[in-house]
Amino acid sequence: MEFLGLRIDMFESIWSYRELFIRGLWVTLALTAVGYIGGFLLGLAVGIGKLSKRKWIYYPAKIYVDFFRGTPLLVQILLIHTALIPSIFGHSLGFFVSGSVALMLNSAAYNAEIIRAGIQSLDKGQMEAARSLGMPHNTAMKLIILPQAFRRMIPPLGNELIALLKDSSLVTVIAATDLLYAGKVVAGANLRFWEPYLTVAILYLILTFICGRLITYVENRFSNSYVPSPRKMKRLAAGGRTR
Amino acid sequence: MIKVRNLHKSFGQLEVLRGIDYDIKEKEVICVIGPSGSGKSTFLRCINLLEEITAGEVYIDGVKINDPATDINDIRREVGMVFQQFNLFPHMRVIDNITISPIKIRKMSQQDAEALARQLLEKVGLSDKANAYPEQLSGGQMQRVAIARALAMKPKVMLFDEPTSALDPEMVKEVLDVMKRLAMEGMTMVVVTHEMGFAKEMGDRVLFLDQGLLVEEGTPDEIFSNPKHERTRAFFSKIL
Ligand SMILES: Nc1ncnc2c1ncn2[C@@H]1O[C@H](COP(=O)(O)OP(=O)(O)OP(=O)(O)O)[C@@H](O)[C@H]1O
Ligand SMILES: [Mg+2]
Repeated sequence: MEFLGLRIDMFESIWSYRELFIRGLWVTLALTAVGYIGGFLLGLAVGIGKLSKRKWIYYPAKIYVDFFRGTPLLVQILLIHTALIPSIFGHSLGFFVSGSVALMLNSAAYNAEIIRAGIQSLDKGQMEAARSLGMPHNTAMKLIILPQAFRRMIPPLGNELIALLKDSSLVTVIAATDLLYAGKVVAGANLRFWEPYLTVAILYLILTFICGRLITYVENRFSNSYVPSPRKMKRLAAGGRTR
Repeated sequence: MIKVRNLHKSFGQLEVLRGIDYDIKEKEVICVIGPSGSGKSTFLRCINLLEEITAGEVYIDGVKINDPATDINDIRREVGMVFQQFNLFPHMRVIDNITISPIKIRKMSQQDAEALARQLLEKVGLSDKANAYPEQLSGGQMQRVAIARALAMKPKVMLFDEPTSALDPEMVKEVLDVMKRLAMEGMTMVVVTHEMGFAKEMGDRVLFLDQGLLVEEGTPDEIFSNPKHERTRAFFSKIL
């Protein structure tokens, strides 16, 4: 059976490479997870920095965001892997370190903008009320502003996760053994392109689908109202505390 | 207790307060009235430094608040503020709205803070709402919680910026009643308001602000029955 050169029977040979693909899946997931979590925390710092009135905080944060959003991720990966890390450590630390650092630094820039916008979207009366009670700025940020702002950030932060998952495939250029790399190896070994790359595409699709469901779940959990659902109320009444 | 000297405030080119002098004594209820845009809110917000003071001085209990050496947070702990838009924290229950600053700022124990909060809720007539979330309350109830929240810090003075202006008419009274009780207990209060009835009944002094200047000041009787200034008279003829 053949369609535009795609041969269904060739998927059997893909199956024999399953361990390569599974390893690739794990690498992709690990890179995405490390890049995302690191990128979130760094993005939080940079995003808050972009809201600072102090110039020596604001400008570094702004330059950071402008640089990482204004240059291609592929270039960033190569710069970090071939130039930055070797010149700091004297040798390469492997694809995983370079790859996750690059993904982290890149997604931090996008997350910073999401976080900045989320904080700015809150009514400024919230900060004023907190400050008028005598809370220092950072305390007010932590207790009053961020918990509210995070809810609004969930949808864009979710999009960012999916984007990062897909963009992580760029680390293939530094010979990271991620999902795309597995496809490439199989393609090269068999000189067949349809089946291995289609397999890769489908696996990415499955991953992004799962992420999408996860995000929807989180979104629904934190939707609109702050009032706990009746079920949660019961659990709280049974001895828990809110917050 | 509060001493305002030659207070100036500008937003860029716009000069909003143009030299205000005033002394507020302990236990006084000061009502501030004036046309929209005259600088009433700005005046109030300068007293707890929500606005940076451009020039002049404000002293609270002898401490110059706009001194770089003064800790703003220490000042604000002693000055309660109630906003037109309530500004309750929507992600917290009513009781947590009230206890959060005593616990985090005054380092009060959870238990003591909750006892205090319940006492304050009773005072504003909302004992049954401790576990509700702000979105489950009416405007009048929210504003009463906001008053309780400010009182929980045991402030020396309470500032109110049009506390009833965002309320439906039927809820105005419940908030004013709480404020009256507070005034009778001897709280020092500065109230920006359009409620002339409240100013007449509760005000010890009434301040009329116009275009960033303190045009006229006196007892409610003096201001309402016998205004000296043309601008004050013009203002009353428009609103009454
Ligand atoms: N943050 C700000 N930036 C620029 N201009 C401001 C700011 N806050 C207030 N103003 C201006 O200062 C003037 C006085 O404002 P203020 O809010 O003190 O008036 P107000 O007497 O409280 O009026 P209202 O009765 O409408 O509340 C207005 O012209 C207003 O536009
Ligand atoms: Mg105002």
